[in-house]
Amino acid sequence: MSEACTSRELMIYTISRLLKGVRHVAVGQSSPMPAAGAMLLRALNQRDGLEHVQVSILGSVKHNSFTGGAEELFDCAAQGRLDAFFLGGGQIDGQGNVNLVGTGDYPNNPVRWPGSFGSAYLYFLVPRVILFREEHSLRSLVERVDFVSAPGVTDETVYRRGGPHALLTNAALFSFDREAGRFRLESSHPGYGWRDIRGTTGFSYENEQCEVTTPLPDEATLALIRGRIREELRECYPQFAGNMPGPG
Amino acid sequence: MTDFVTPREMAEMIPSGCKLGLAPDDYAAAPGLVRMLIDRGIRDLHVVCAPIGGMQVDMLIGAGAVATLETSAVSLGEAGGAPCFSRAVRDGSIRLRDATCPAVFAGLTAAEKGVPFMPIRGIIGSDVLEKRDDWKVTSNPFDDAEKIVVVSAIQPDIALFHAPEADRFGNVRLGRRRETMLLAHASKKAFVTVERISEVSLLDDEKMAAGVLPAIYVSAVAQLEKGGWPTGLYAEYPRDGQEIEKYARAARSPEGFQAYVRGLGSAA
Repeated sequence: MSEACTSRELMIYTISRLLKGVRHVAVGQSSPMPAAGAMLLRALNQRDGLEHVQVSILGSVKHNSFTGGAEELFDCAAQGRLDAFFLGGGQIDGQGNVNLVGTGDYPNNPVRWPGSFGSAYLYFLVPRVILFREEHSLRSLVERVDFVSAPGVTDETVYRRGGPHALLTNAALFSFDREAGRFRLESSHPGYGWRDIRGTTGFSYENEQCEVTTPLPDEATLALIRGRIREELRECYPQFAGNMPGPG
Repeated sequence: MTDFVTPREMAEMIPSGCKLGLAPDDYAAAPGLVRMLIDRGIRDLHVVCAPIGGMQVDMLIGAGAVATLETSAVSLGEAGGAPCFSRAVRDGSIRLRDATCPAVFAGLTAAEKGVPFMPIRGIIGSDVLEKRDDWKVTSNPFDDAEKIVVVSAIQPDIALFHAPEADRFGNVRLGRRRETMLLAHASKKAFVTVERISEVSLLDDEKMAAGVLPAIYVSAVAQLEKGGWPTGLYAEYPRDGQEIEKYARAARSPEGFQAYVRGLGSAA
């Protein structure tokens, strides 16, 4: 038996499951685990003879075929050529609003995060936006965000074909119901029960007493993460890749 | 005509108070020249990040050179948050114009095409829109039922970036970094530092020509080897992660930042 699956490896594997069926997935800056999850789906599909997955990693030379500059991602999204993307968020609330700007009052936020990046746009246009926030706590998953970088739901006067698909943390996986504008607990990761999730989530959601445990990757998938995926990550995320378990 | 100047001369040609367009770290950022701007005490800049900023922008803020910052984000990547930026936000010493990446590109595209604004999808319902008086919601003129955002044109006075190569005629090779091409097209002038200067025209090779910014947009070129360090230069060299970590630690305090910048000055 190899070393047990780490929390991060479980999240990488879960991301690959959430991406199943996409033709083109893009990953933004500073997102090593989403990048790894997208690379894992590509590798698994290739291994199993399934359809090719186009992976566009922003900031990568090797894993990015755009020739039109950074605008091309946004143009692709607007045309429906992009199926999935990831957003983080210092705060995420129960209506799927994300805050990438900071806590407290704008503009002199006492805690300031980098900024909204492409969120205010891509959230409207990419069908499967996966919200990824490693920290599962009352300060990250809040009832109402302090600043809306990108809104979770929109009325019908605004063109929108994209939005939140799922929320993944280091403790649980939620899906998002766009009609209701609410999250639903799908599973808790090993080591967490539904009461832990309820106690550390600042918003209300469906299926509170969910007993499902998030499935772990099998040995072959874990070996793929620790081998090929770790190597592919090195170009853009040398520090992250260096801290992953693996040979050498 | 493109002027060929020394990096120090280029730094003198960028006036305090101008609207300065900058490329992202690791694509075409010019931290080498930015350090010289800091050395000469540049002030009151309106910095436009096309579309995000990193270490060079954080350094300009730390040096007190920035009055207004228009950006979709400022981050040091794997080295974490941008310390001088966060400090300046807290104490209100810069005027912030938070954006979202494609809106910056839309504004630059409007300037490139010489039109006053550009429509763009999404954004409605975000607080980013609420805080921008130069973005408006209008109805689609072809379908009154649909609301759409328009952003005003963004025309920097000067675009400053670093590129692998120029030729002696002033043409600059950018390759796939088309967002830098857009920034140059949109700006009144482009000042470019380069790793090397070719004696042969870069437009002679048809395979390369589509990735070349023609000299008609390029006001000045200065050769500055490793001018992208310690951030990277796309497809040429990666970022120096250790140096950026060192900066991130130093810049946690204003004193540490000053010491870091002085250290670079004496080493240069």
